[in-house]
Amino acid sequence: MTALDDAPRSAAGNPIGFGRMVRKEDARFLRGEGNYVDDVNLPGMLHSAILRSPYAHARIVSIDTSAAEALEGVHAVITGAVLETLGLAWMPTLSMDTQAVLATDKVRFQGQEVAFVVADSRYIAKDALELIEVEYEALPAVVDARTALEPDAPVIRDDKEGQTSNFIYDWEAGNKDETEAAFAAADVVVTEDILYPRVHPAPMETCGAVAHMDAVTGKLTLWTTTQAPHAHRTLYALVAGLPEQKIQVISPDIGGGFGNKVGIYPGYVCAVVGSIVTGRPVKWVEDRSENLMSTSFARDYHMKASIASTRDGKILAVRVDVLADHGAFNGVAQPTKFPAGFFHIFTGSYDYPAAYCSVRAVYTNKAPGGVAYACSFRITEAAYVIERIVDCLASELAMDPAELRLKNLLRPEQFPYTTPTGWEYDSGNYAETMRVAMDLAGYDELRAEQKAKRERGEYMGIGISFFTEGVGAGPRKHMDILGLGMADGCDLRVHPTGKAQVRLSVQTQGQGHETTFAQIVSHELGIPPEDIEVIHGDTDNTPFGLGTYGSRSTPVSGAAAALVARRVKDKARLIAAAALECSPDDLEWELGRWYVKGDPERGRTIQEIAMDAHGPLELPDGVEGHLDAQVVYNPPNLTYPYGCYICVVDVDPGTGQVKVRRFIAVDDCGTRINPMIVEGQVHGGLADGVGMALMELMAFDEDGNHLGGSFMDYLLPTTMECPDWELGETVTPSPHHPIGAKGVGESATVGSPAAVVNAVLDAIAPFGVRHADMPLTPANVWRAIQGSPVRTDLAVE
Amino acid sequence: MQVTITVNGEPRTADVEERMLLVHFIRDELKLRGTHWGCDTSNCGTCVLWLDGEPVKSCTVLAVMADGHEVRTVEDLAHGAELDPIQTGFMECHGLQCGFCTPGMMMTSRWLLDHNPHPSEEEIRETLSGQICRCTGYKNIVAAVQWAADHPAGADAAATPSEVTA
Repeated sequence: MTALDDAPRSAAGNPIGFGRMVRKEDARFLRGEGNYVDDVNLPGMLHSAILRSPYAHARIVSIDTSAAEALEGVHAVITGAVLETLGLAWMPTLSMDTQAVLATDKVRFQGQEVAFVVADSRYIAKDALELIEVEYEALPAVVDARTALEPDAPVIRDDKEGQTSNFIYDWEAGNKDETEAAFAAADVVVTEDILYPRVHPAPMETCGAVAHMDAVTGKLTLWTTTQAPHAHRTLYALVAGLPEQKIQVISPDIGGGFGNKVGIYPGYVCAVVGSIVTGRPVKWVEDRSENLMSTSFARDYHMKASIASTRDGKILAVRVDVLADHGAFNGVAQPTKFPAGFFHIFTGSYDYPAAYCSVRAVYTNKAPGGVAYACSFRITEAAYVIERIVDCLASELAMDPAELRLKNLLRPEQFPYTTPTGWEYDSGNYAETMRVAMDLAGYDELRAEQKAKRERGEYMGIGISFFTEGVGAGPRKHMDILGLGMADGCDLRVHPTGKAQVRLSVQTQGQGHETTFAQIVSHELGIPPEDIEVIHGDTDNTPFGLGTYGSRSTPVSGAAAALVARRVKDKARLIAAAALECSPDDLEWELGRWYVKGDPERGRTIQEIAMDAHGPLELPDGVEGHLDAQVVYNPPNLTYPYGCYICVVDVDPGTGQVKVRRFIAVDDCGTRINPMIVEGQVHGGLADGVGMALMELMAFDEDGNHLGGSFMDYLLPTTMECPDWELGETVTPSPHHPIGAKGVGESATVGSPAAVVNAVLDAIAPFGVRHADMPLTPANVWRAIQGSPVRTDLAVE
Repeated sequence: MQVTITVNGEPRTADVEERMLLVHFIRDELKLRGTHWGCDTSNCGTCVLWLDGEPVKSCTVLAVMADGHEVRTVEDLAHGAELDPIQTGFMECHGLQCGFCTPGMMMTSRWLLDHNPHPSEEEIRETLSGQICRCTGYKNIVAAVQWAADHPAGADAAATPSEVTA
C-alpha cells in the first residue's frame, strides 16, 4: 500500500486527506432513504407512459388517439403531430444529428417513441396506450450494418434533406502511408475481423423524469436521471426555447449510470411537454424493456484489425478499419472533433511507429446511442481490438502472449509519450505493473498447470489484457459537446465555524463523490472530511460543468476541487498574517494551519482563520473577507490510467460452458484518494467485462426485432459468474494533475473484456480456434470449437 | 378491493386495484421508497422484501395476494439510530455504490443470516444469485454478509471502521 494510509485521523476516525474511509452517502441508502427520480412525489403529480413502435421500420399512415383520450383518468395524449405544432417533434442529438421525440413520418427502430399519455396513474396511462390505434405500413429494415450501404438498401433517414443513403461519416486518424509501408516490409502480418457487439449499460434504475412547469413563475424544475445536469439545462434552453435562468435540473440519487444517462431521451422532453400541457407535475419512468430497447446502447463496432511484426515479435504497425453501427439517429455523445470518440487510442500500450484507423458510420434500424457503458469514449473498443489482435499475433508467432507484450510495452523513460495517432500519454511504468500482475497470478505456474491439464484433455485458458486509457475530457480548445467546452467549475465556502461546503459540477451515480471530494478538500486544507459537505446534482446550487462520464470526475472536477481549496488556503494565509500581525511571507503551512516560521507555536488553524475571515479583524487591502473561492478547471491534457489484467477460465468443450476461475487486476490510476472506493470501482467494471465477454447478447432478427429486450434474454452477471476478484496496484501519479490522480471509473470495463475473451480463446486454441466474437455464450463457444462460429449480432437459427 | 397488509408491524388498509403489484403498493400507496422497481420479470431483485418472513420479489406479487399477510421492508431493518449488522456490514465493506440494489440485497442477506448464521462464501453467493448489482461486482456484498455474520451484535465494531478490510 501507499504512504497515503498514513494520513492523520480526525476525531471521528476519518483520514484528514486520502485513505480508506467509509462513505458519507451510505447512511441514507442503507435505510431505504435514497431519493431516486421515481421517489420524487409532488402534490397533484400525474403519471405517464409511452407508446412505442412494434416495427423496426414502417411508415406511419395514421394515429387515432380518440379512444385513449376518452378513457377516464387520461389528461393528455401527445403525438408527434402535437409536438410539431410546438416545434418539438425533433430534437438535436449530442452528435449534431436530429432524433424524433415522437415519430411523425416513420418509425425507424423497434421501440421508438410514437405517443405519450398523461394520466392519473401509471396503470391508467398504460391502459390508454392499448387504445391508441396506429396504422403502419411496414418497410424493409436495415439490420445488418454490413449491408447498410448497398445500393438497394432502404434509406432510413429520408427525413434529412440530401440524405440518399445510410452513410453518416468517414473519419480517420494516424498515418496511412507509413502504416502501409510498415506492413509491406513486415515479416509477419495477422488480420482478423473482430466484432464488439452491441451491448447495453442497463443500470438497475431505469431512466425517468419528473417535470414541473410552474405556470405562474414560468420556472421549469426537472428531476431527471442525468449524468450531466448542467449540459442538460443548456440543451433544454436551446431546444425548447425555455429561458435558461428559469430551468433547474436536479439529478437526485442516481441508480447507476454507466453512460446510459448522458443523453436526453424523448421521455424527458415528453414529461416537460406533458407538464406544460396539463399544468401539473408529470412523472415518466420507463420500464426495463423500454430501457433496453430504446435508450443508449454501446459499441456495435465491426473492426478489421491488422498487425505487422518482425519474426521475433517486435510490433511494427497496426491498422484498424471500423464499420460503426449507429442505429437510426446518430446519438453518440462525443467531443465534437472526435466523431469516433477516442477510438484512435487503439495503438494501446506498445512502442511502435506506425498506425492508422478509419471509421465509417452508418444508420441502421436500431436504437440510437453508441457511447455508453463505461467506455471512456470508445476506448473500450480500442482496448479490446488491440489486445485481441496482439493475442492473435502471439498465436501466429507461437509466442507466449505475456512475453510478446513485455517485449513491446512502452518503457518508463519514453513518457511523456506521443502515440502514432497523436495522444500524449502522461506517465507510466508498464512493465512493472505487468510483473506485479504476473506475480499475483502465479503466471508460470498457471502455464504449467494448463500444460498438464491439456495432456489430460482439460481445457484451461489464461488471458492477458494490458490497457491504456485516456480520460478526463478534456482540454476545452480540443473538446466540447455541442459547443460546450469540457471544463468544470468548483465552489468552496468555509463557514465561520470552519465547516465547509464544496459545490461540484459533476454528480455521483454511485462513485462516492460525497466522500472523495470531501477528502480532496480535506487533504488540501486539513478540515476533517466529516466537516465538509459535498453539494452536487442541482443546477441552481452548483457551478457549471459537463458532468460525470468518461471517468472525468476525478481528473477534471477533482482537480478543480484541489485547486479551489488551494485558492482558499492562499486567502487564509493573508488573513492569518493579518491576525498574527506578520507578513504572509513569514508563514508556513502544515496540514490545517498557518504558523510563523521559526515560531511554530504562533499560528492560526484553518478553523480560526475562517472565523477571523468573517469577524471584525481588519483585513489587508484587497482581501474581501469571508473564506471562499471559485475555480474553473480546464485540463491541460487527458490523464492516462492503465493496468494489466489476467483472467483464468475453465472451458467445457462438450457444452461450451466457460467458468471464470480467477481474475487478477492490477490498476495504476495514479494517486488513490480512497483505496476502498477505487477497488469498488474496479470490481464493478470487472463484472461488466465478464458480462460483455460471456453473456450480454443484443441480437436482432431480419425484421429488426430486438432479441434482448428483457433481463430474461439480456443476461447480466450475478454472484455465480463473478469470481473473487484479486486486485493489486501500482501508483504512478499524473504529472499534470494537481493531486496526481488519473481516474479509474471505467478502467476495468475497458480493460477486462479482452482478458476474458483471450482466456477463453487460449483455452480452446487446441481446437484450432484463433478468434470468436463476444459474447462467448456456451452455444457460441461450442460453435467455435466445431469450426463454425456465427455472427453474434444477428439472430441465429 | 380492500386489503389489509401488516407492513413492518403495522396493519395498513387500502383500496387497491386487483392488478396492483405489491411493489407499487409499497412504493406508491404507502410511500415506502426503499423497495425499488427494476425489471418486472423477477430477474433483478431490487424489489425484494419479506412476505411472511420469506424474501420475495414484490414485482411479481399482487398486493391482493398479500392481504392478511405480513410484509417487512428495508425501512424496518434499523432500530432507530441503530443499524442492523447487515446494514453496518454493507457500509464497512463498501457493499454498495449507487444503492439501488442494496435494500433487496440486504433483505435477502438478513434472511440468510437468520437461517444460517455462518454461511460459507458459496452459500452467500448462491442465496444472492437471483439479484443483480451493476456496481460492485459482488465481492464486497459477499464481504458485507460475512462481516455481519462475524458481528452479530454489530455495534461494537462500528466504532472501529478503519480496522476492517473488505
